[in-house]
Amino acid sequence: MVKLAENKHYSENKAVERFPVPAKVYLPLIQHLGKACNPEVKVGDTVSLGQRIAGVQANVYAPIHASISGVVAAIKECPHPVLGRAKAIVLEGNGLEEDKNFTLRNRQEVESLSLVDIRNIVLEAGIVGMGGASFPTHIKLNPPRQLDTLIINGAECEPYLTADSRLMVEKKAEITEGIALIASRLKIKEVYIGIEDNKPEAIQAFSGVPGIKVKVLKSDYPQGGEKQLIRNILGKEIPRGKLPFDVGVLVQNVATVYAVYEAVFKGRPLMERVVTVTGSCLKNPRNLLVRLGTPIKDLIDFCGPLREEPAKIIIGGPMMGIAQYTDEVPVIKSSGGILLMGAQEAKTLEEGPCIRCAACVRSCPVGLMPCQINLASERALWSLTKEYGAGDCIECGICNYVCPANRRLLQTIKRAKLEGARA
Amino acid sequence: MRNNLIVSGSPHIHKNESVPRIMWTVVLSTIPAGIAGIIIFVIDALWVILAAVAAAVLTEAVFEVLTGRKITAADGSAVITGILLAYNLPPNVPLWMPVVGAAFSIAIGKQVFGGLGQNIFNPALIGRVFLMASWPRYMTTFTRPFSYDAVTSATPLAALKEGKVLEHLSYLDMFLGRRGGCIGEVCILALLIGAAILLIKGYISWHIPVSYILTTAIFTYVFGASQLFHGDWLFHILNGGLILGAFFMATDYVATPLTIRGQFIFGIGCGLLTAIIRIWGGYPEGVSYAILMMNAASPFIDRYTKNRIYGTK
Repeated sequence: MVKLAENKHYSENKAVERFPVPAKVYLPLIQHLGKACNPEVKVGDTVSLGQRIAGVQANVYAPIHASISGVVAAIKECPHPVLGRAKAIVLEGNGLEEDKNFTLRNRQEVESLSLVDIRNIVLEAGIVGMGGASFPTHIKLNPPRQLDTLIINGAECEPYLTADSRLMVEKKAEITEGIALIASRLKIKEVYIGIEDNKPEAIQAFSGVPGIKVKVLKSDYPQGGEKQLIRNILGKEIPRGKLPFDVGVLVQNVATVYAVYEAVFKGRPLMERVVTVTGSCLKNPRNLLVRLGTPIKDLIDFCGPLREEPAKIIIGGPMMGIAQYTDEVPVIKSSGGILLMGAQEAKTLEEGPCIRCAACVRSCPVGLMPCQINLASERALWSLTKEYGAGDCIECGICNYVCPANRRLLQTIKRAKLEGARA
Repeated sequence: MRNNLIVSGSPHIHKNESVPRIMWTVVLSTIPAGIAGIIIFVIDALWVILAAVAAAVLTEAVFEVLTGRKITAADGSAVITGILLAYNLPPNVPLWMPVVGAAFSIAIGKQVFGGLGQNIFNPALIGRVFLMASWPRYMTTFTRPFSYDAVTSATPLAALKEGKVLEHLSYLDMFLGRRGGCIGEVCILALLIGAAILLIKGYISWHIPVSYILTTAIFTYVFGASQLFHGDWLFHILNGGLILGAFFMATDYVATPLTIRGQFIFGIGCGLLTAIIRIWGGYPEGVSYAILMMNAASPFIDRYTKNRIYGTK
């Protein structure tokens, strides 16, 4: 665990603003872990806001919904923030920004919903883990055993990002409802919300909420990693190869819980999310509530004018985010931030030989020896990388970050993981 | 549309740290001991240090040019090797000795293995041991401190070994460096100032030095005298190259273990070997050989002292 330069000051005090309805959205058919969806509309069809437009027959998937009202303009390969390129449904807005009648439910109606009902609502709303993993949430609401602890992940340990932090401050009541809903239906007794100590407003918001214990975490990276969160809140570890379920724990990100609230109480499927648009290139970094499928260049223009042309655009945070090759990629369900880096910040550092300083060994949050895996991986010694536990890497990137020789530790460890899984 | 963007794997930020910065900080941390050496042994010591540093940097550059490697002679690591070699030499050696020793350190101790990060042994100690084996007389003739006419005297450890009675030295004399010895080893105070810089910067951790020094102290206390538990452990800590070795050479990243557990084993091993050589060995001093032997054991130690991985027993 390492203290990073947080750089949250760019946007942490900016209230979430609604980004205007975009003229065009690009909705990739895969925005989740699992099977890709098939389009359920044809080119030329008229769709309305929130209408389901893609789905698939599978266990692990999440359907896609229209994030604007309009016409299906195309179904074609488009830039994708994670996959490079992928098939997407392109919608052209018709300006009819109707507040469509989503099925509002009052408290009584919600009370009468069973766990199965909730699960179906969550599935039909297309909700996935919004912290970045994009695992379909309805599956996590179907645990194979009785759980005893629910941990709400409000750590937001990536530098720059403030979307979750703002959500906790501004949507405390809604998140609390969502938490109560999940906890009551799964009969979970203990609920924690883990928040890093650099978010005093969020900590204050949840302090004193009955039934929720606020766990103030040190702002060390990667505090918000699921494994680290469980260890630092409950003092126990998930055994190797097991899931949080196996130790009776369910972890949900705050943004996911908010989406569950929206789906259950407001009948709204997942079609927008809070995105932090930030970086030193921007004159006006901010937190925006954005329709899914909005091209990030619209968001960058909205935050303009620029102080400096970005040399690198990252979706996600600077530690685990993905560098984009074009600004035409859309916001998808897992996109919590857009980070613009100038030429100086984006400069690639020259790699030198390992001097065995052990900085990576001391920082690794899972106890690996990254420098050793790196050397073995460069020589394609896959049995050795396995012996050194490459498969346990959580890809947080801290080893790369601390390496004084700028070695590409994470890249080579990822390679070793792949090769190890293949063998 | 922007499409001339830089694409690279995560992470996209980097700690403000680099190998040259670490190396030059280590150089800085050795300066107090060098100044003390020059004060104690007069100007001779300065020429020895400069000769060793110049020869080390030059050898590194020449070797890198000849082998077509990237020229890294200015990254500070060759400078450290030169300084540490000089610190391990008596102040009155002829000036060709630091030159030959430093060239050997860099060429045979470091470059033939592949350069920075590849050496198995501490290069400075390789140079010292080479000089010791080749010209032992020069390596064991020490001048009296503050003696402008180069009167020779035995080091306290050598006197102890030979059963000679040495003029009385207080612990304070030893702590400040008023004794015969190598250039950089005598002034414990100056060495501790340098070590503090490295510890505060986090460039070395306490595990190796503390376990090394403690082990030497305990072992010499128990076995250091004709009667058990009567050894003068403080004498052993303050004399010879123990403090210099423990903080500046046993902590050399490249040839030492990676994990804390491994570093404890390394430190304890160094301490045992140093004490054994001093008490029962043929040499009065054992720091160099102790560290070199433990350097050889490092890959082995690494393999058996991996950290516990999350979620495993």
